[in-house]
Amino acid sequence: MAKEINSLKCETSVSLPNSCCEQETADAVPRDSVLSSLRNDTAMEHDRRTFLKLASVPCLAACVTSCLGGWSGFAVDAAPLPAEDSRFIVEARFYEKLPYKKTRCKLCPRECVIDDRERGYCGVRENRGGNYYTLVYSRVCAAHVDPIEKKPFFHFCPGTMAFSVATAGCNVNCKMCQNWDISQSRPEQVRSTYLPPKDLATVAQQYRCPSIAYTYSEPVVFCEYVLDSAEAGHALGIKSAVVSGGFIQQEPLKKLCQSVDAIKVDLKAFSEKYYKEVVNGELKPVLDALVTMRKVGMWNEIVYLVVPTLNDSDSEFRALAQWVRSNLGVDVPLHFSRFYPQYLLKNLPPTPLETLERAKAIADAEGLHYVYLGNIPGHPAESTYCPKCRRTLVGRIGFTVTEMHLRKGKCEYCQQPIPGVWL
Amino acid sequence: MQALYSTDSPLAAWKKVVRPGEVVGLKVNGLAGRGASTNVLLVEMICERLREAGVPQNNIVIWDRLNADLESAGFRVTTRQDRVRCLGNDTLGYEDELAIYGSVGSRLSRTLTQLCDSVINLPVLKDHGIAGVTIALKNLFGAIHNPNKYHLNVGDPYVADLNMLPPIRQKVRLNICDALTAQYEGGPSYMPQWAWPYNGLLLSLDPVALDSVGWQILERKRAEKGMKSLAALGRTPNYIATAADAQHRLGTNDLSQIGQVEV
Repeated sequence: MAKEINSLKCETSVSLPNSCCEQETADAVPRDSVLSSLRNDTAMEHDRRTFLKLASVPCLAACVTSCLGGWSGFAVDAAPLPAEDSRFIVEARFYEKLPYKKTRCKLCPRECVIDDRERGYCGVRENRGGNYYTLVYSRVCAAHVDPIEKKPFFHFCPGTMAFSVATAGCNVNCKMCQNWDISQSRPEQVRSTYLPPKDLATVAQQYRCPSIAYTYSEPVVFCEYVLDSAEAGHALGIKSAVVSGGFIQQEPLKKLCQSVDAIKVDLKAFSEKYYKEVVNGELKPVLDALVTMRKVGMWNEIVYLVVPTLNDSDSEFRALAQWVRSNLGVDVPLHFSRFYPQYLLKNLPPTPLETLERAKAIADAEGLHYVYLGNIPGHPAESTYCPKCRRTLVGRIGFTVTEMHLRKGKCEYCQQPIPGVWL
Repeated sequence: MQALYSTDSPLAAWKKVVRPGEVVGLKVNGLAGRGASTNVLLVEMICERLREAGVPQNNIVIWDRLNADLESAGFRVTTRQDRVRCLGNDTLGYEDELAIYGSVGSRLSRTLTQLCDSVINLPVLKDHGIAGVTIALKNLFGAIHNPNKYHLNVGDPYVADLNMLPPIRQKVRLNICDALTAQYEGGPSYMPQWAWPYNGLLLSLDPVALDSVGWQILERKRAEKGMKSLAALGRTPNYIATAADAQHRLGTNDLSQIGQVEV
């Protein structure tokens, strides 16, 4: 008997977005999925994994939704959008043309050389007749209202919400990626909605978010959208914060630094070996990017996901802390984050608490002022302390700010200036 | 087919490829448009032979990565139940769960996993600017959602690892490489200045042997044209050797052990 194609069709093939990236881990994280909530009326089956994700939306999400209830700023398509939807296809800004209709991408250090009708490593940029296009301009596959602490940014508008968006695609392939179902997919393989820059800024404003966060997947691969959205946001008084692996070339990075207000870099490890074997990338360009950010005055924070046995040695923690102190300064926040088994690294256990505390102790001993531990709700190292008087400046439990003792960027007790972007 | 299957008639050979009642997938390569894709006439002839061997036409599925690729190669996309079906992976989508082996973690095409019981792999004989060559093993990149992730290191070991995934290893029964027109440089796009009429079909049950022989054909043509070898250009398709190693055992790349029968 011929198998019926219709009976094989299943909408669950389309990934719903996770609400957090690898560092914004999935352990009982309060989350609000704007896209998901708007999708509830679509006739969509859910697989077990998706069902569990949706069923786990906890109290904060409900709170946020109730505050904002009734608004429906944009519709959600009931099916994956076609690859050929011209609204999303915009000529890339960073590439060069080569003979025989080939192109070389100049966005990330990988510098993919791409034949006609082919895509680069990220899967979201395509050569068409010798011209190079991004396929994800305004093509948002995840939109959530998140606490800015979830990114995590601890010195950037603490205690506020960020309107957080992503498109499909990523220029690396981390074996522990928590959002692989969007980051490792092509745009036509995930559900998306059309959200042009001005509309994004308007939606963020309507949701009373002082910032837009570009996160979950890899904003480098939707760089053009970030640049234009940041401009649209600024016109409405909304800041832009980027959550990135920092695997980007210098020219687009400098453009980015001119446009956005903060960049958090996921520094995956402090060894080329790890970058080659676990990330499918390179460390040096990421370090170069961090130095450039610092030089141009961009506010940046660093997250280091500690993966048991792979990047958790004392010597690596120490080398990292020394490099940060020497090249970026002692005031750059460094977050050591707990790993949970994901994607292609399910054979490793979650990071032991002792390992994280050892990392913090080493970085503290090297003189860094703001060393945090992440994904351990309730741990004292989630809070910000004054480096001078040692009193609590921003108290946190999970992503919730419980107390704030900053006044105009200074410790309210001893007037010590605290670096960051404060509202 | 008679020589390959040691039968007295073509019909008997085709009956050895598929079992009664099976849905047979024909995995073509349509990426490069009409110039360097699996020939439509060849596919039509294979469909005809399958029908003669007792496979109802609605149990034959021509498939590739995208409907657009199929159309650009000259195929007509259709999902009608009363004829040979022709569809890209964008019609049925991909499995939700990852299939994992070694360096590869991918969502497999539902056309492969759910629709087809067996597959006849119909690659072309082409140079590939990143992976060295693209023949039988690499043609299965069209069965996954994220092929762009597996071109690093000239495709090694990704191509070999991909072919280890059970649905691929178990379902691909036969490889027929369309080398009517082959291309020794400038692939995977069609570059007419580097294409030539090889006028041959390469048949093998062993994809590694087929790739090894095909690679040598391309190297000989490159040498004839005064071009550097793939090794000299840093494009040696080492994934072929990896596919033959003790961990993979997908076939042999030892040319001295590959029997080549010309008919």
